[in-house]
Parts: sequence; structure tokens; C-alpha cells
Amino acid sequence: MWRYVIKRVLLALLILLGVSALIYLLSMLMPADYIDNQTSAALANGSMTQDDVNRLKELYGLADKSFGGIIKSYYSWLISTLSGDLGFSFLYGKPVTEVISDYVWLSFLIALISFVLQTVIAIPMGIKAAVRQYGVYDYTVSVFAMIGTALPSFFLSALLMNVLSIKLGLFPLQGLTSATIVFAKDAHLEIFLDKAWHLVLPITVLTVLGVGGTMRFTRTNMLEVLNSDYIRTARAKGLSENTVVYKHAFRNTMIPLITSLSGMLPGLFGGAMITETVFAIPGIGYMALRATQQGDIPFIMGYNMFLAILTVSGMLISDLMYMVVDPRVKLS
Amino acid sequence: MQNDNIEKHDMGMNNEAESSIEENFRVISPGRMVAKRFFKSKLSVAGLLMIIFVFLFSFIGPVIVNHTWGYQETQVFKIERISDMVSTADFIAADGRTYTYYDKSQTVVVFKAPPSSEHWLGTDTSGFDILTRLMYGGRISLAISFIVIILETIIGIIFGGLAGYFGKWVDQLIMRVVDTFACLPSIPILLVLSAAISSIESIPAEHRIYYLMASLTLMGWTGVARIVRGQILMLREQEYMMAAETTGISPLNKIFRHLVPNTMPQLIVSATLGLGGVILYESTLSYLGLGVPFPRAAWGSMIALADPSRGQEILANYPNMWVPAGILIVVTVLGFSFIGDGLRDAFDPRMKR
Repeated sequence: MWRYVIKRVLLALLILLGVSALIYLLSMLMPADYIDNQTSAALANGSMTQDDVNRLKELYGLADKSFGGIIKSYYSWLISTLSGDLGFSFLYGKPVTEVISDYVWLSFLIALISFVLQTVIAIPMGIKAAVRQYGVYDYTVSVFAMIGTALPSFFLSALLMNVLSIKLGLFPLQGLTSATIVFAKDAHLEIFLDKAWHLVLPITVLTVLGVGGTMRFTRTNMLEVLNSDYIRTARAKGLSENTVVYKHAFRNTMIPLITSLSGMLPGLFGGAMITETVFAIPGIGYMALRATQQGDIPFIMGYNMFLAILTVSGMLISDLMYMVVDPRVKLS
Repeated sequence: MQNDNIEKHDMGMNNEAESSIEENFRVISPGRMVAKRFFKSKLSVAGLLMIIFVFLFSFIGPVIVNHTWGYQETQVFKIERISDMVSTADFIAADGRTYTYYDKSQTVVVFKAPPSSEHWLGTDTSGFDILTRLMYGGRISLAISFIVIILETIIGIIFGGLAGYFGKWVDQLIMRVVDTFACLPSIPILLVLSAAISSIESIPAEHRIYYLMASLTLMGWTGVARIVRGQILMLREQEYMMAAETTGISPLNKIFRHLVPNTMPQLIVSATLGLGGVILYESTLSYLGLGVPFPRAAWGSMIALADPSRGQEILANYPNMWVPAGILIVVTVLGFSFIGDGLRDAFDPRMKR
């Protein structure tokens, strides 16, 4: 078993190395004067010197575009990345790792709540839809779930803002805190409730967008299990429908469910770029989108590496979970 | 799927027993069977109708509009109307009573015309006719999605085919490259690429769309490669491949003549489902101003007018500017997923239980 684990981890590291090279190559597509444009403000106000700019260009392979120069600068970038130094964000004026660790938690909180909500909503719906395959319930739920996956996040956000924030005035439009209310310093509960109030709409958007996928995944796997022989046996024994569905069938559906859901966990740290930006929630996705628009190359590269690590660890976790959850899986 | 000629009506007519079997059982070709199963599902028919509607709207619509009204994609209409602005303020006068002060001002607005019989959905902030823009936006979205999916499929077939057929180190190498590309964060990387493309001055704005297609292809070909490889790994062990082997044809012939055509059902399903995904990516990029460049219409950039960071006015008061674009995106993406699901069920009857 350990040999398998080690093999998977080594493979993950190899993929990460490939991803880092790709991300590095992509950053080199940017023309060199791009950095000049983007750093001119920082140069003017003295927060960066010309030496800093030159070092930046060298580090991101923009100074020397010969093959040897690229390899050399990639190597030095890789070494500093491996030692945990992702560079200095010139938009936020802080080390990239610090920006990420400052803003990632809000994104994680939003993503975690909507992840829990979507799981709790989607799994029972998926089970019920599978039990009543081609029934009215199945069709209705499937169509709504697919509408959810077909909605662009910015359009759903705009619709919710129009109806719930502007027309009905139930929720604040944007931001994380109310600018018009001044709270006392020790009014922790009020501040907390105010923030929670601002997060209702973003969480709703993420939940609506996510329910469809999980629901359909549950439904497909549940259908597969419901058609297996042991379910027929259980029915023949005269067990009640509830026992058959929830005890015998659902247990086997849980194997792929747990595998795929646990693989989604690292991704919760990645932030929701579009939704956070539309609602102006200062999470990691919002910061990353701003950095991308401003051409903050160190932050963009650091953030993309961070996302790649999350994706690769998600894959690794779901591979390993498969082995843990399903005792039938033999490792070779 | 290769053999579509199983229908043999004129066989065994001289034998009475067989002819009675012919009367009782009609042999249908696999192709017709798939079509029959596809049209039996209400959702797939609904999806087909939705896509036909979007296609007619986007490709025939501009012709009709041009014929009846002569409107173009970037034609500016200045429709004058008087907009009232009323602001109120309370103040307490010297006599101690509260008075409400009204300030009413009138301005002449030429853009943002409300829906009328000449402009069914009104005009937008630049004075463009919204209905016409929706049609041209659909053209570009559909064109991009089809071109990107075709390119992805070609690249995926080549790499997946080589990996699946040759196995060993070829497979290892190609699949590790596929894994690497699959782990790239798609939206952030697309943003970086689009930002880089629009910052390079030597690329004219009207060519940006081709670079956009190339970057979308780059992010999506890995799925096709995985499907093709998986199918070919299974197919190459089958007997008909042994027969192909004995005829002594070249490996390339074996891959692209005998193996790849058998992966077509899966490819068609994944391509159909992928079309919607490309449209969502494209509209997200356009929403952020990094997709289809400005004077050209795109559904995403039409919704961007409602972005509350640019002021709430359009979000609150002009739903005619952004809601139709959003509905069209949903209808298109939904249509493609209904068709894709219907095709999957139709191709693979084992799933239909």
C-alpha cells in the first residue's frame, strides 16, 4: 500500500513540476515593456527601484529570451518558489505568500459554507431523483439542476442583486461591511452579523451553481447501484423500500461520492474569482483578479502555482480516499 | 456504428418462414436506432429546439433585421428623450417646521432608449440596438464554441490515439503532458493569456479573437485525449483489430481508420457537452472585458453593463440591456447539455434502464 501512496505522491510532484514550467512559459508571453508599464507607478513613488524592476524581469525570464537565459531564470525562480518565497507583489506591496494567507480564509469560509449547503441539498435530491427515474420529480429536479450549471455566475449574481438587494432591499449589494453604520469597537456580535448578512448572496450564488453537479453525480451513481443484483435480492427478501434505498443502495453510492467530494476540499481554498469580484468581497479570488488586470506578475504566478498545488492535492486525496473507502480496491 | 446497412428487407423472400419473421421484426440500422432513442426523450427534443432557435436567431436574425430596418452591429442610434431627475431634501426652516425641498431637473438623453416598436429591446449605453447586438453576439459565441471544440477534438484525437495505440513510454509521456495541462487553473490562466494578448500592441484588435480561440483550445484538449486513449486501450484488444493486424496495414491507418472511428459516439457526446462549457468561458472573459474586443458584440460584455461596480443605474433600471443576453447564454448552454445527455443515452443503451 505504501508503495502505491509513494508512487502517487511522486507522480503528483512530477505534474506540479510540469505545471510550474507551463505557468512560467505563459508568463514569458507577456512583453517586457509590460512590466515597465505596470511598475512605472511604483518606480515613481519610490516603493521600487530600477534594480528591483531589472531583477523582476530577470526572475520572470523577460530580460534574456535566449534558451539558456530562460532555463537559467526558470531555475532560479523554481529554487526560490521551492523555498517558499513566491516573490513580492507590487500591487499589494507585500510578499505574495502573505497576501495569500491574509485573504484565503474569507474565501475558504464562503466556499466551505456553500460546499456544505450544496452537499446537504444535492445528495437527498439525487437519491430521490434516481429512485423515481423518469418521474415528474426526476425531470423537475434534473432540469433545475442543469439550469444551475448553465447559469454564468455573474448573471445569477446580477439577477439576485436586482431582485433581492435593489427591489426588495433584503440584502446589501456589495462589500463585506456596511459603510454607513459605525459599530462600537466591542460590538463583535453586530459586526459578525453584519458581515454574515453581506455574505448571504455570494454563498447563495456558489451553492446554486454547485448543486447541479453533485446532484447529477449522486443520481448517476445511485442508478447504477439500484440496478445491481444485490438490490434485487434485498427487495426479494421483502425489505422496506426505505431500507433498500438508504441502507443498502446508498452505502455503495457513498464510495464514489466521498471520493469525489473529498477531492473537492482543497479547491475550497482557491477562491471564486468572478463571484467575489461581482460582490466586491475581499477574498483571494477578488485579489487575484485585480492582480491579473493590473499585471502584477509575481502575484499571478504565485496564485496560479497555489491553485495548481490545490488541484493536484485534490486529485491525490481522491485517489487515496478511493483506496480507504472501498475495501475491494486492490492496489498494484 | 460503422455498419449502417443491417437493413436487409429483400433477403430470404423465397422462404415463407423467414418472410414471416421479416414481417414481424423490422431490422433497424444502428444509426436510426440512435435517432429513434434520441427523439424519444423529451429533454433532447427540447434541447434540439433550443439550439435551433439560437442558431436561427443568431445567423438568420441579422439578415432579417438588416432587411427590414437596415440595422448594423455597431450602428449608433441617437434617440432623444427627456429624462426627469428629481432629488429631495428635508430641511427645518426658521419657523421650526420641516419642509421638503424638491429639485426637478430635465436632461436630454440620446442613449439608453427604452424598448419601442423600432428598437424592440431599446438601445444600450453606446446607442447600439440591443436586439441586433444580441444576434451578432450569438454568432460570435456559437462560432467560437464550434471552432474551439473542433480544434480540441482534432488535437485530442491525435494525442489520445497515439498514446492509446503505442502504450509504454509514448503513453506515459503524452499522458503526463495531459495531466499537466489538466491541472492548469483554467479561468486564471485564460485571464493571463487574454491580458497578455490585449497588451501586445502588434496584435490588431480584430485578430484577438483568434488568439482567444487558441487559448481556449489549449485549456480544453486534454479531456478529448483522455477519452480517446481510454477507448482505444479497450478497443485495441478486440478481435477485429487482430484481423486488421493480419492485413498488414500501417499503424497510422489502424489508429485513424479502425480505432478512432469507434470512439466517435463518446467524442460526439463530450463535444456536445463541451460546447456549452466553451460558451461559458468565452462569456466570462467577455464579461471581464478580456474576450471579444469592444465594438463587437458579445453576450458576456452585454451583461457586464450591469456590473454594480460601475454604478447601479443599469443593474436597477435597465434590465432590457442585460437580462436577454443572460437568458440566451442559459438557453444555449442548457440546449447543448440536453442534446449531449440525450445523445449519450441514445448511443449507450446500457445506461437507459
